[in-house]
Amino acid sequence: MSPGPFRITVSNHPMEVARQRRDFSKALTIALFLLPGFILLFLFLLLPVGQSAYFSFYRWNGLGPLEAFIGFENYQRVLSDKIFQGAVSHSLFIVFLSLLLQLPLAMGLALTLVRGNLRGNRIFRTIFFVPYVFSEVITAFIWMYVYHPRGGLVNSVLGSVIPGYEIQAWLAERDTVMWALFFVLTWKYFGFHMLLYMAGLQNVSKDVEDAARIDGANESQLLRYITLPLMGATIRLTVFLSVLGSLQQFIVVWILTEGGPVNSSELIVTYMFKYGIQRLNLGFGSAIAVILFVMTLIFSLGYQRTVMVQDYE
Amino acid sequence: MRQSVRFTLVSILLVLLLVACNAAPPATPAADSSSTATQAPTTDSSDAEESSGDPVTIDWWHISTEEDDSAMWQTLADEYSAEHPNVTINITVLENEAFKSNLTTVMQAGDPPDLFQAWGGGVLWEYGNEGLVRNIAPQLEGEWKESFAIPSAVELFGQNGEYYGVPWRWGAVGLFYNKDLFEQAGLDAEGCPATWSDFLTTVQTLKDAGITPISLGEGDKWPGHFWWVYLSMRNGGEDAFLAAYDRSGSFADAPFVKAGADLQQLIALDPFPAGYLGMSYGDEATIFGNGEAAMELMGHWGPGQSAANSATGEGVTNLGWCPFPAVEGGAGQGTDVLGGGDGFAVGKNAPDETIDFLRYLTTEANQRRMIEGAGMGPGVIKGTESLVTDEWLRSVVSARDGATYAQLYYDQFLPPAVGGAVNDAVEQIFAEAATPEEAAQMIESVAATELQP
Repeated sequence: MSPGPFRITVSNHPMEVARQRRDFSKALTIALFLLPGFILLFLFLLLPVGQSAYFSFYRWNGLGPLEAFIGFENYQRVLSDKIFQGAVSHSLFIVFLSLLLQLPLAMGLALTLVRGNLRGNRIFRTIFFVPYVFSEVITAFIWMYVYHPRGGLVNSVLGSVIPGYEIQAWLAERDTVMWALFFVLTWKYFGFHMLLYMAGLQNVSKDVEDAARIDGANESQLLRYITLPLMGATIRLTVFLSVLGSLQQFIVVWILTEGGPVNSSELIVTYMFKYGIQRLNLGFGSAIAVILFVMTLIFSLGYQRTVMVQDYE
Repeated sequence: MRQSVRFTLVSILLVLLLVACNAAPPATPAADSSSTATQAPTTDSSDAEESSGDPVTIDWWHISTEEDDSAMWQTLADEYSAEHPNVTINITVLENEAFKSNLTTVMQAGDPPDLFQAWGGGVLWEYGNEGLVRNIAPQLEGEWKESFAIPSAVELFGQNGEYYGVPWRWGAVGLFYNKDLFEQAGLDAEGCPATWSDFLTTVQTLKDAGITPISLGEGDKWPGHFWWVYLSMRNGGEDAFLAAYDRSGSFADAPFVKAGADLQQLIALDPFPAGYLGMSYGDEATIFGNGEAAMELMGHWGPGQSAANSATGEGVTNLGWCPFPAVEGGAGQGTDVLGGGDGFAVGKNAPDETIDFLRYLTTEANQRRMIEGAGMGPGVIKGTESLVTDEWLRSVVSARDGATYAQLYYDQFLPPAVGGAVNDAVEQIFAEAATPEEAAQMIESVAATELQP
């Protein structure tokens, strides 16, 4: 070190140098520990997202080299396609019905099971949770037989109960298909939300509820002003998971209807798979993927920043 | 302050490492495919047909899920391996739809199986354009090629002098009908309706007798597309299709619109089983095989599938076959045939032994065994045409061999996007969601971007 105006700096202190070295080795350690996770994240998340965005500017069948740069034409085609608009509205249909029907149902059952003091609580808990454990493929095949127009369970039961009942092809009619699918999705996923609510209910202190009772609150007031507000964090989480799950729904719907009949149960992801991948239009499919990515990203960030932010403190 | 320094340090380290590790990947798709394109000719030029003796493995994907058929393939593979001890043959049996989606995936990854089911036409040609399949022309030309009874079928497996595979079975789509049910409805069980209006009368007669006239699983879309395609062929003939294909015409031209209108006439009679829009081809085969519907428009594999799906396991015992009826005033002839068949294509990385094995599969002796032993006809090799014994199958073969114009299934002949658009548009007609004009326009709008003249 040459003498000069910079000679006296804190960093030259021997103690400080040692500390900096320690800091550096600490940073290195952190980096090494983070590296595997970061590599995976990069390889399987960031890189594919970037690649999709890149592909989406080309007309590309997925087989040859990328040559035909077409700018935003793929996006234009996606956004102006009536089938895509239908797919978005069907996805939103699932999102809103899940929030309006599926989550309240899960909450009701959770309350009944935890607070209800019924006999056979555990059996019911298991029964309600079992559909969630099934793989989605198995679920779809079960329901394919349940809805089948030839001797399916629904038609047989309704046929024997309602005189003069005419066989309904629930999944083949444009008016009924989305409701029939929503029923399957509810059957499949309500158990998961119910379990989260049951866990949330365990955290609601009995003392607070008892205190409210002593103050003269009746059961509905108790639910409205004590129990539900105390479960806020859980509810906000399930709403988050439910919306994202609904937007990304694919397997069950694909197996049951492939988006049919006549695209009347097309969801965003089935649309992407059918028109992007199956028909060898990978550039077009990438544009759909990017649009879905942006939709879910905006929702996730917006929801976390505005609604869930209170749960992080 | 110190924390942010540390954070920056960590980040820089990570990014540096990643850049070091991952400089290559973004370039791979382009680089990979161009390297395969340059690679293909070099493998082709090595016309060493004889096996070198080094141990090789042939990955073979076929879709013959029926027991007899897949047993026959297994036997042939075993025999070949016994004769050529250095060759191991790995068979993967896939159901049709599963095969198509799996093949799409491996093709996009640039890693096709060595030998796989193919139907010929535009889909296979597209693989050929990208160098994903091997040119077997050097081995095929000559004796092997001349052994095929239907040259037009072989041509569908190649383009511009290259060949990527060969057919092993070739048939035609036509109307299968249940003679017992026809008699029950008071219809002539031996005659065929000659025209579309005769056919509509037949349908109405069956309907009046309380019999479901036609089995159809439109949920899979392709079973229904046969109806529209045949009607287009009858209305427009070869010229209309070729004009639309080479872009001197259009899929919105009159014959294609008329085909939709004719189809609407049929749909108006409500001839299909309840819920057919949501049912699969499997359901269609079951219904026809159980004798719950009188007719089915299907290819030569139909009876085998409906027998396998039927409650008795035998299917329709009293089976008849009719060519698709002519349309009055149409440009097409009643002897024009929509058909196709099965073949095998050779993947780009296949060892030379694959081609030799494919040749082994299509020798006259083995075709004979396939047809006589497992009913895997109608065959494609000269001298095997007469082997079919079923009366209906003989009708199929004579229609196929006497075709005034042979059209391959649209969804195989056309690029996937256009084939898909045909299937979608026809489904819309069936579901009464589109008029014939709208349906034709839907196909044309996709064809306009996908088919380059």
